[in-house]
Amino acid sequence: MNQIFDKIIKTLIFLSFLSFLFFLWWLIYRIHFWPAWLFPSPKTVIETLVRGFLNKTFIWGILISMKRIFIGFSISILIGSILGFLLAKIKLLRETINPLILGLQTLPSICWLPLALLWFGLNEKAIIFVIVMGTILSITISVYGAVTNIPLSFINAGRILGAKGFDLYRYVILPAIFPSFITGIKQGWSFAWRSLMSGEMLFITAGLGQLLMFGRELNDMAQVMAVMTIIILIGVIFDQLIFGNIENRLKNKWGLIK
Amino acid sequence: MKLQIQNISKQFKKDNDFVGALTDINLEARPGEFICLVGPSGCGKSTLLNLIAGFTEPTSGDILLEGKVGFIFQEPTLFPWLKVKDNIAFGLKIKKEDKKKIEEGIDGYLRLTHLKAFKEAYPHELSGGMKQRVALARALILGPDILLMDEPFASLDAQTREIFYEDLQDIWQMTKKTIIFVTHNVSEAVYLGDRVLVFTARPGKIKKEFKINLPRPRDLGDFEVIKISNQIKNELKEEIEKVIKEMEQYEPNIR
Repeated sequence: MNQIFDKIIKTLIFLSFLSFLFFLWWLIYRIHFWPAWLFPSPKTVIETLVRGFLNKTFIWGILISMKRIFIGFSISILIGSILGFLLAKIKLLRETINPLILGLQTLPSICWLPLALLWFGLNEKAIIFVIVMGTILSITISVYGAVTNIPLSFINAGRILGAKGFDLYRYVILPAIFPSFITGIKQGWSFAWRSLMSGEMLFITAGLGQLLMFGRELNDMAQVMAVMTIIILIGVIFDQLIFGNIENRLKNKWGLIK
Repeated sequence: MKLQIQNISKQFKKDNDFVGALTDINLEARPGEFICLVGPSGCGKSTLLNLIAGFTEPTSGDILLEGKVGFIFQEPTLFPWLKVKDNIAFGLKIKKEDKKKIEEGIDGYLRLTHLKAFKEAYPHELSGGMKQRVALARALILGPDILLMDEPFASLDAQTREIFYEDLQDIWQMTKKTIIFVTHNVSEAVYLGDRVLVFTARPGKIKKEFKINLPRPRDLGDFEVIKISNQIKNELKEEIEKVIKEMEQYEPNIR
């Protein structure tokens, strides 16, 4: 009961802070500190948002971006996890590929775009390639770390209780790495999201990034701010509500947070 | 059940040197016997258990083992993603036993280890002593012939430990398992064991064997228990002094 009460209070405080920010925004607009076409009022931005959703341009933008990220992200999780496992298990791979992976991981994903354009041309494949390159290594590194950090005693306990070969993976190793895996996925998602946005802004195909650039080209600041708001909201929904929630639930169950 | 350890030696590679952990260990366990191993830390007594369990291979010598092995680790090493009942059932589920038999097994061993109320709990909700009970149930449910215990009470407080002694003694008398029990607590060894083997400092050798011919159930405060404990402690003192001397003479390699 008290906890619910606490939560309500916290939400109320946050909401009042948010309204205060809106008020501040409106105030700066009102005193014409910057001209209105550079600094639109909250009202104009909200109107642009509503209009964008009504004439479906924003909805299509969101759907197209989402489709890309799901394809790119799924490929990254699949290949990235397998690579991470292989790296943890095969010493030769570790000694050869690992330094390469650590090096490539420092490369900002958008630097892959020129290469992708030349290989694949101006199309979906290029942008998905950029997402995959930006995401896959962070997932590989986190899976590799998770597998190598499993306490040996878990493995020994599993073995002495009869889990061998595939069973050991299925019943001990996979569950043991699950919390770190989710953390890695969460981090990978934010890499994917950043890669997608920079990719979409730099070459002309539909999607949220392009809507953002359209706003710039048409000198429509309200659209720029409206699309930015959508991008932030999608980021928060995935990062906090989806992955964050799974992570917290797991940690609670495992007793990792008190 | 059969366990014969013949001329076991084990060396570990450290930098470019080989460090001896065990030399020439010979040991034979009778079915149903409770053997305790004591010695200064680092003498290789835990290594011996790991060798018997097959976690590592000996450098030389043979281990003849017939029968199923159960292992109790120093830390309970329960799987944090499984409830108490699923931790206990782990081995049976791997063996794909039938569901009803697993359920019965869980209930039986929960009763034996006084954990009935915690069937649905997760490991992190239990105290250290309860966790170790779950670990014991998880090992016993598979019906091992020989139980290897590696300082299972080391991380428990004194009161919990004493309750555990009685329970372990009861369970052992009921189930007639062969138990090999590593500890650095001498009174614990005398209270529980049929035989206590004292190890030398590293590389570990069996220095002396004490047969504990006292009636059971035993009492920690019993005069005979204290007397034998003191004899063993004297035997150990020499070894511990050796370890301390070695530590004092140790010069770190500064290059």
